[in-house]
Amino acid sequence: MKATRRALAALLLPAPVFAQARPRVVVVGGGFGGATAARSLHRAGIATTLVEASATYTACPFSNAVIAGLRGMAAQRFGYDALRAEGITVVHQRATGVDATARRVTLVDGTTLPFDRALLSPGIEIRFDGLPGYDEAAAEVMPHAWQAGPQTELLAAQLRDMPDGGTVVMVVPPNPYRCPPGPYERASLIAHFLKSRKPRSKLLVLDAKDVFSKQRLFEAAWASLYPDTLEYVPLAMGGRVTEVDPKSRRVTTDFGTQDGAVVNVIPPQRAGAIAQLAGVADRSGWCPVDPASFESRLVPGVHVIGDAIIAGAMPKSAFAANAQARVAAAAMVALLAGRAVQAPKLLNTCYSLVAPEYGISVAGVYQPANGLLTDVSGAGGTSPLEAPAGVRAAEARYAEDWFATITADVFG
Amino acid sequence: MARVLINVPRSAKRGDIITIRTLIQHTMETGYRPNAQGEVVPRDIIRRFTCSYDGAVIFSAELSPAIAANPFLSFTTVATRSGTVTMTWEGDNGFAQTETRPIEVT
Repeated sequence: MKATRRALAALLLPAPVFAQARPRVVVVGGGFGGATAARSLHRAGIATTLVEASATYTACPFSNAVIAGLRGMAAQRFGYDALRAEGITVVHQRATGVDATARRVTLVDGTTLPFDRALLSPGIEIRFDGLPGYDEAAAEVMPHAWQAGPQTELLAAQLRDMPDGGTVVMVVPPNPYRCPPGPYERASLIAHFLKSRKPRSKLLVLDAKDVFSKQRLFEAAWASLYPDTLEYVPLAMGGRVTEVDPKSRRVTTDFGTQDGAVVNVIPPQRAGAIAQLAGVADRSGWCPVDPASFESRLVPGVHVIGDAIIAGAMPKSAFAANAQARVAAAAMVALLAGRAVQAPKLLNTCYSLVAPEYGISVAGVYQPANGLLTDVSGAGGTSPLEAPAGVRAAEARYAEDWFATITADVFG
Repeated sequence: MARVLINVPRSAKRGDIITIRTLIQHTMETGYRPNAQGEVVPRDIIRRFTCSYDGAVIFSAELSPAIAANPFLSFTTVATRSGTVTMTWEGDNGFAQTETRPIEVT
């Protein structure tokens, strides 16, 4: 008994007491952010445990191509064998709590994992209280497909099975949400699908905003590729959707109603469930963090990265989560060693396909300023507005190469 | 003519509370913003909105430079009798626009 207690006490004591003990970090969430962070921490000599409920990760980037029938779902799936082979402990369970005072993560089976610092990469969860009429049951009729997986396949199947001549309605939320240009890439690829497979059908995009990422590039592409297929209705034209009815597949705006053969509702979102449970999300539903260390402003010792955070100018993207994971891991290593955190510069690039062989991109560089990540002025930019087809085709290839590179880096 | 969106119920029961919504496309230039040449862009806003129904003003609003472009207004009233809902926007540079919608009250 005494020996057991002594062993337990040793486990619970802070790491610096034992000069030889490796610091322990628990990473919750095995997406682009969490898996990258786990690798970076492990390679820096930290005893790293990755907690991820699912044994298979389904990637969101390129899932719009799956929806439009241009790509198979298998290409979106990744496993954790490579991380395990490297020596990272991977636990496929749902985390149910993070206790920053006792410094342990609780899993759904009751196991606790002690840590010196924790890193959460919670991703998003859909706010089923955010749009009247849109609940879990409605999502089975009007899929959001904003978390890749069964929802992606459901929307793809609905589009495949709809009659030629039917109207597809897309509902786009106000900021902030995962993947700012994502809805417009999806609109482009659905329009491409309709134009080539259901030529009498139309796509109506109802947006709660007037301005969006890569807007001039998207609008120029829509005017040239899909003038008779895609109709875009911004906020100023009454595009804000106030209610949906899954029974009739009807959406209501401030000024009218629209029925769809297929309705894709991208609803409001917030940080993934573990962020709410850990207390790192504020009233907005998102997580305020220090922009240099990604340590939570609400719960010291717990770092948060990826789509879940309030990142200022930096968008919610897989690329950004990957970049933030490296910076956060380096900061955690420094803090665990009692060293100061370096001021980082972070990079993001988002590619969007507006058709097969037609890619556009936006890039940005970010640094901490006034407590948030802000644009480094003069860095980054978008694809040129006027460009020959060869440039667009090359960007589509760069997008494929980027996906191959980042998924190899994170999961390969 | 500015583009206007209006939502007035086509019909209502007497005594019902009805919601009226309008959105007018207008830049609502504040008068404080410099242009690319550094000159202040002159103010150009809608200053007043009025809605009449059944012969009486039921809602009016004074708009200011702090109000965003494309002002959206939503308000309620009680359906009293069949007639016309008249909406008027007035503003800088002689801006004036009137729109009407019928409503049938049973």
